[in-house]
Amino acid sequence: MTVTHDKLSMAQALNQALRDAMAEDPAVVMFGEDVGPLGGVFRITDGLTAEFGENRCFDTPLAESGIVGMAVGMAMNGMRPVVEMQFDAFAYPAFEQIVSHVAKMHNRTRGRVRLPMVIRVPYAGGIGGVEHHCDSSEAYYAHTPGLQVVAPATPADAYALLRAAIEAPDPVVFLEPKKLYWSKEEIEFPVRAPGIGTAVIRRAGTDATLIAYGPSVPVALEAAEVAAQEGRELQVVDLRSIVPFDDETVCAAVRATGRAVVVTESAGFAGVAAEIAARVTERCFSSLAAPVRRVTGFDIPYPPPKLEHFQLPGVDRVLDAVDDLQWEQ
Amino acid sequence: MTPDSRRLLPSDAPVTMIDPQGEARGDVPDDATLLHSLGLLTTARRLNDQAYALVRQGRLAVYPSSHGQEACQVAAAQVLDAGDWLFPTYRDTIAASVKGVDPVEALSLLKGDWHCGYDPYEHHVAPHTTPLATQLPHAVGVAHAARLRGEPTVVMAMCGDGGTSEGDFHEALNFAAVFQAPVVFFIQNNEYAISVPLARQTHAPSLAHKGIGYGIPGERVDGNDMAALLTVLGDAVARARAGEGPQLVEAHTYRMQAHTNADDATRYRDDAEVRPWVERDPITRLRAYLTGRGVLTPAVETEFTAEAERAATHLRDGLNQDITPDPDDLFAYVFATPTPQLREQAALVADELSREVAPS
Ligand SMILES: Cc1ncc(C[n+]2csc(CCOP(=O)(O)OP(=O)(O)O)c2C)c(N)n1
Ligand SMILES: [Mg+2]
Repeated sequence: MTVTHDKLSMAQALNQALRDAMAEDPAVVMFGEDVGPLGGVFRITDGLTAEFGENRCFDTPLAESGIVGMAVGMAMNGMRPVVEMQFDAFAYPAFEQIVSHVAKMHNRTRGRVRLPMVIRVPYAGGIGGVEHHCDSSEAYYAHTPGLQVVAPATPADAYALLRAAIEAPDPVVFLEPKKLYWSKEEIEFPVRAPGIGTAVIRRAGTDATLIAYGPSVPVALEAAEVAAQEGRELQVVDLRSIVPFDDETVCAAVRATGRAVVVTESAGFAGVAAEIAARVTERCFSSLAAPVRRVTGFDIPYPPPKLEHFQLPGVDRVLDAVDDLQWEQ
Repeated sequence: MTPDSRRLLPSDAPVTMIDPQGEARGDVPDDATLLHSLGLLTTARRLNDQAYALVRQGRLAVYPSSHGQEACQVAAAQVLDAGDWLFPTYRDTIAASVKGVDPVEALSLLKGDWHCGYDPYEHHVAPHTTPLATQLPHAVGVAHAARLRGEPTVVMAMCGDGGTSEGDFHEALNFAAVFQAPVVFFIQNNEYAISVPLARQTHAPSLAHKGIGYGIPGERVDGNDMAALLTVLGDAVARARAGEGPQLVEAHTYRMQAHTNADDATRYRDDAEVRPWVERDPITRLRAYLTGRGVLTPAVETEFTAEAERAATHLRDGLNQDITPDPDDLFAYVFATPTPQLREQAALVADELSREVAPS
């Protein structure tokens, strides 16, 4: 197999993943709002209609419940639909379909009906967007049994995880951090990356573990960089997938350092960070030198652009939490 | 078809009163009313173009302009009484401003200061809504409550052609019909939902035909003809007020510019398609008609232009003002009384800020 290298943004990597999946499997179809000739408002589907034709990548009427509901039916009948919700908050009209059908079909039919479909969601904030364009909605999905929930943090992972999501037998909610769409990296093809359900260590460190996914991974890495200059070595775990959750990698990491901070952009209360903190505490209690800390968005509706910087967990807030991890003992 | 169901169907073609050459037919509204409309239209166009310019200057994040759709914007508000409610979308800043909202406050959303910058109760203008069609059931609720409370209120519920595909559009029409709520559903069919043309939204003969399935009379009107809009919308409001239940009006117009400044319309439509619509411009048309009537004198034109300039200056001054956002606002309006957790989070921000300003 020939190995090639390409410097791609996350948006381009996602586009390449769709292109490769569609080329390999005629059952893969892509549809949603403005994903046809326009190529999606973030250009993730750029050129797909031109390359594969209108039956493979197409615009639908403007109705998210209809989009997801139709995908359910197409998945029931031999296809692998990938649908795009234009923005995080515009997926809510489809909530009924996602929660009552996408998540439950497999269970209701004792495994006879599987829904190999992907719901792509440009998600989270940090782009100065106005209301309804910056929601961190992962907790709704993660709390719904039957949905796999994935959030890449790098272009290579965006490619690998989207390919894995399309091939998965179960429905996947695929959360694409908008603020990382334009981040670039050199990708080696074919991409070799672990599948859905596996976390990776993004940075080694012995003093404390930062646990993050999607949009908060770069924040954690930056915090670790600053901490290193101050003489503290922070390890960074990138979850990649929220459901299934990789207890093994996360707990091994935390046991090695004895201290942990979870960093998410979404509101803290009853959020994914709470789940992670609870799991780590239950499993690693005897190794912990301090309670697991959470650095999250506040428990408020996502604020307007001029106040956004207060809401986003930044390096300082992460390092403040690290400072709190009872170092003096 | 029974006469009763025929009554629910729209005209075969959109109602037109003043053609693009300024020639009139039918029972055109009086000169004074139309002259007032022309003044509002002149200001509307100026505000649209000023807001567009302010995006390029970085004062607004984006602006979904109603350039070319100003007649719909002005008419939607002009046919309402002060006590009536308007439910605008993100594209209906001008309609909100004709209803009385300060455009500077209406654009607070896109300036990034706060989501809804105006008090909805002051001019009976609901917060402009971005999640498509979700405001329509609210409009029905306001109208139904008004009926239960014995108020004479009519509600103007605005929506785009794309929005008619959402489930909430259909649920709102059905609720309004079942409860005979005094709502006028006003669809501005500008032929596009971002890049998606109308043909991808509906296979119906027109959007106004959607009324009959719910038992709502539908009518369609030339959306660039101020006289026809005032007449059709005015009749719809009068019928709703008289207790005849909800009404559906589709205005056929065109989105002259890209969806917002962030959009690139060349990716999905030809300039050749846009050109004929320039000739159907609502302002040119009304100006030609009123000039022909002899009521639009150079003095009146000068006055309109001066008023439009005043409005543009006000918008510029307002949007050029940098308000220092107060971080307490983050926590102040989540609940009537902030929870203990929110008070903790506010304290954390205050602590961070105090450390930031502390001398190093
Ligand atoms: C529920 C929902 N889905 C998607 C969007 C994203 N979006 C914003 S405007 C728009 C097009 C709307 O078209 P139309 O209703 O015709 O109104 P217009 O913009 O032409 O005035 C889309 C898809 C949204 N705001 N809400
Ligand atoms: Mg439209």
